[in-house]
Amino acid sequence: MSETDSDKPGDRDQPLLLSESSEWTFELLERYDSEIARIAAGYGLDTYPNQIEVISSEQMIDAYSSVGMPVGYHHWSFGKQFVATQKGYRRGQMGLAYEIVINSSPCIAYLMEENTMTMQALVIAHASYGHNSFFKGNYLFRTWTDAEGILDYLVFARNFIAECEERHGEEAVEEILDSCHALMNHGVDRYKRPTRLSMSKEKARQREREDYLQSQVNDLWRTVPVRDTGEKAKKRARRFPPEPQENLLYFIEKNAPRLEPWQREIVRIVRKIAQYFYPQRQTQVMNEGWATFWHYTLLNHLFEEGKVTEGFMLEFLQSHTNVVYQPPYHSRGYSGINPYALGFAMYRDIRRICESPTEEDRRWFPEIAGSDWRKTLDFAMRNFKDESFIAQYLSPSLIREMKLFAVVDDDREDKLEITAIHDDAGYRGVRQTLADQYNLGNREPNVQIWDVDVYGDRSLTLRHFMHDRRPLGDTTLEMLRHIGRLWGYTVRIESVDEGGEIVSVGECAV
Amino acid sequence: MSSLVDRRLSGKNRSAVNRQRFLRRFKGQIRKAVSKAIAGRKVADLERGESVSIPSKDMKEPFFHHGPGGRRSIVNPGNREFVSGDRVDRPPGGQGGGGGQASPDGEGMDEFTFELSREEFMDYFFEDLALPDLVKKQLLAIPEVKKVRSGFVSQGNPSNLHVVRSMKQAIGRRLAMGAGPREALREAEAALAELEDRGEGAGSEADDLREQIAALKARIAAVPFIDTWDLRYANRSDQPQPTSRAVMFCLMDVSGSMDESRKDIAKRFFMLLYLFLTRSYEHIDLVFIRHHTVAKEVDEEDFFSSRETGGTVVSSALDLMNEIIRERYPSQGWNIYAAQASDGDNWDDDSPYCRELLVNQILPLVQYYAYVEIAARDPQSLWHAYEQVSAASRRFAMQRILTLEDIYPVFRELFKRKATA
Repeated sequence: MSETDSDKPGDRDQPLLLSESSEWTFELLERYDSEIARIAAGYGLDTYPNQIEVISSEQMIDAYSSVGMPVGYHHWSFGKQFVATQKGYRRGQMGLAYEIVINSSPCIAYLMEENTMTMQALVIAHASYGHNSFFKGNYLFRTWTDAEGILDYLVFARNFIAECEERHGEEAVEEILDSCHALMNHGVDRYKRPTRLSMSKEKARQREREDYLQSQVNDLWRTVPVRDTGEKAKKRARRFPPEPQENLLYFIEKNAPRLEPWQREIVRIVRKIAQYFYPQRQTQVMNEGWATFWHYTLLNHLFEEGKVTEGFMLEFLQSHTNVVYQPPYHSRGYSGINPYALGFAMYRDIRRICESPTEEDRRWFPEIAGSDWRKTLDFAMRNFKDESFIAQYLSPSLIREMKLFAVVDDDREDKLEITAIHDDAGYRGVRQTLADQYNLGNREPNVQIWDVDVYGDRSLTLRHFMHDRRPLGDTTLEMLRHIGRLWGYTVRIESVDEGGEIVSVGECAV
Repeated sequence: MSSLVDRRLSGKNRSAVNRQRFLRRFKGQIRKAVSKAIAGRKVADLERGESVSIPSKDMKEPFFHHGPGGRRSIVNPGNREFVSGDRVDRPPGGQGGGGGQASPDGEGMDEFTFELSREEFMDYFFEDLALPDLVKKQLLAIPEVKKVRSGFVSQGNPSNLHVVRSMKQAIGRRLAMGAGPREALREAEAALAELEDRGEGAGSEADDLREQIAALKARIAAVPFIDTWDLRYANRSDQPQPTSRAVMFCLMDVSGSMDESRKDIAKRFFMLLYLFLTRSYEHIDLVFIRHHTVAKEVDEEDFFSSRETGGTVVSSALDLMNEIIRERYPSQGWNIYAAQASDGDNWDDDSPYCRELLVNQILPLVQYYAYVEIAARDPQSLWHAYEQVSAASRRFAMQRILTLEDIYPVFRELFKRKATA
């Protein structure tokens, strides 16, 4: 099917408008959805089946505060989020999120009942076709998440945690969850493929795992004296873990000596959920940009076909413009680069390079200049994350348009230095710096499990590998307390700078 | 094909449990915040929900992150004047170029503010006062309402259908709907009669008229006798049970020895009595009388904020109260309550006079008189005088107070009476 199918001249003769009033009804939602679906298919968007749910604003606050999990276990931090959102919404300080979309199959998108027809159409295009196709296509999501299994897994997790609360008390469960949440950003093996999640398997394996894990742990900590002294010495010389471990939650789940089986399972649940959200943290610009690009393209297409009124487009463009507004660095409202704005601009720019490349584009992007834009965009969406996407596709023309410039803040210098701006000498510098900025490895401190004193006091040593001399923040001691709670013995952390010098940062005796 | 689901009616308060857990976790901080809020409120203004603020640093969830320092590069948009190689001052506030460390959920603020509902707020208020559960329930209960007739509405349930009203509507509608055709009918009949008079009754014109007349008659007959639009239902609305009026006198010693913490205890003491009265009376007047050697009627702000030095003559306040009662609140029309807070200081000669005044003049007029002495040292003459009053009258309650929990016993009689009534 090609895009021109829907543009037959004959179509224009019929009364085409889908609706004129701003009120929505379920029939209208259906008609808009099927129109948008038709156009999206025409552009070759491949999506999971959609489930569109209409909810009230209270329910939206609920959904919003359970951080995008349609089924969540109970925890005070979600309550805090709820209270904050509710307050903001009641006072009119903030509108609610336009949409919440769940990476699952079917892909669930929420529409708020208060919205106008235009906004509903915008959300359907944005979430149910934009985000949805990204979830299905992008390699990180394909690798790390299982859209079919997640809902089942969340149900399993909630039931398991509720059961634990009943058996061991809410307080005890809350303590473990607090500590696990603190480590949520350190629950992923970046270089290993995860196994798929599913409730049936989880349930079947959970009990098995309990016994097995406990036996493993016990084996590790066996204190029966070793007969041969030579072997003992050899054992002592062997480090544990043999290699530093970056997945702190996994290490704790498998090796923490004093966790009960149910506590291990909770660590595992938090780890699995963290892993599910891991791709979202790495594809913010790409994902939001992609959804924004597609709601813009799809609704404009609807307009060109004469199916929506100018009033519809005006309302749509107004919200769209708000979403992709990028305040300049010197304005009061500036809080970093708006991922919607950057992503949207980049996809449009790639389309421009494909459709009407300039001499400069041909020099910078010989392989895509003049190619089929839909194929190029599809390729970009599938095979990159923010960091590599920017490194690959940020064009000089867009750098000029956004007037990007790179600043270095070095605490050894008394002034900031502008290292690159939007000129010939600076394009590569700006592009590289921006790409690095989206590298999770740079954004978050690199903390790894370094050593366990297996034959001594069982203390755990973490090592922070410094990057550009950046130290750990002020929550480090509190973090050690959380890790200490999970580990059960003394935990300490040391920083290693690029020169290899080791500095002890803190210790938490248990 | 997408599936559309209407979820609006399913599960509204999914976050209620999480919210409760949040409140439980920060109980200590919230209690402090509530205490602060109570201090800032008027006696009569206790029963609102409240937005409370707690320090947000207490409730941050920790994670490993970078602290300030080291070397970092940031890309910003909207360059105006920089060229590469420029060296510029750090913007105030430290962060180079901003952006890098902005917290994701806007928790940069120092205070985390949120709303407590009325019930939650009152819970925290009661907690300090150690009230028995029964009393808490009593105080929290919404005043009783009575259903009263209030006109007619076009929608309602069948059992409330008002037949006479509905028929009246129907008559009006039938008249209105039939008016046009009836007019036309009259004209047609007149025209026909005229034709017949002229002897043209058999002509085609007359036949047309007859046909027209038949059609109009059918149309008039087709106007429905009663229609859904006509239905009227009796309407009933909630009206609070009318109850009588009460006046509450707050008497307080404002001599130098009453410091802020004592005033705070006194305030809660007044608040509790007020709260009790709102359960029983629809309309409550508050009278604030402060005294040292002379008494004065003041507004609430002055009452709690001003401070004067000098001796203490309690009877001056009682005299003034007596005067005000006789002038403005005749006891047959008003239920009179009084609460007095003092640190127990009084001129020795004055105490017997106070007792006499209470027993002979005031107590016969009031429903209840509660006295608290907020002091740590041994009772003084006023206390001994009042002990005699207390022995003589059931309407008088007194208590020495050191902490907030001591307040409730003063009112025990009062609440007991209410509970058994």
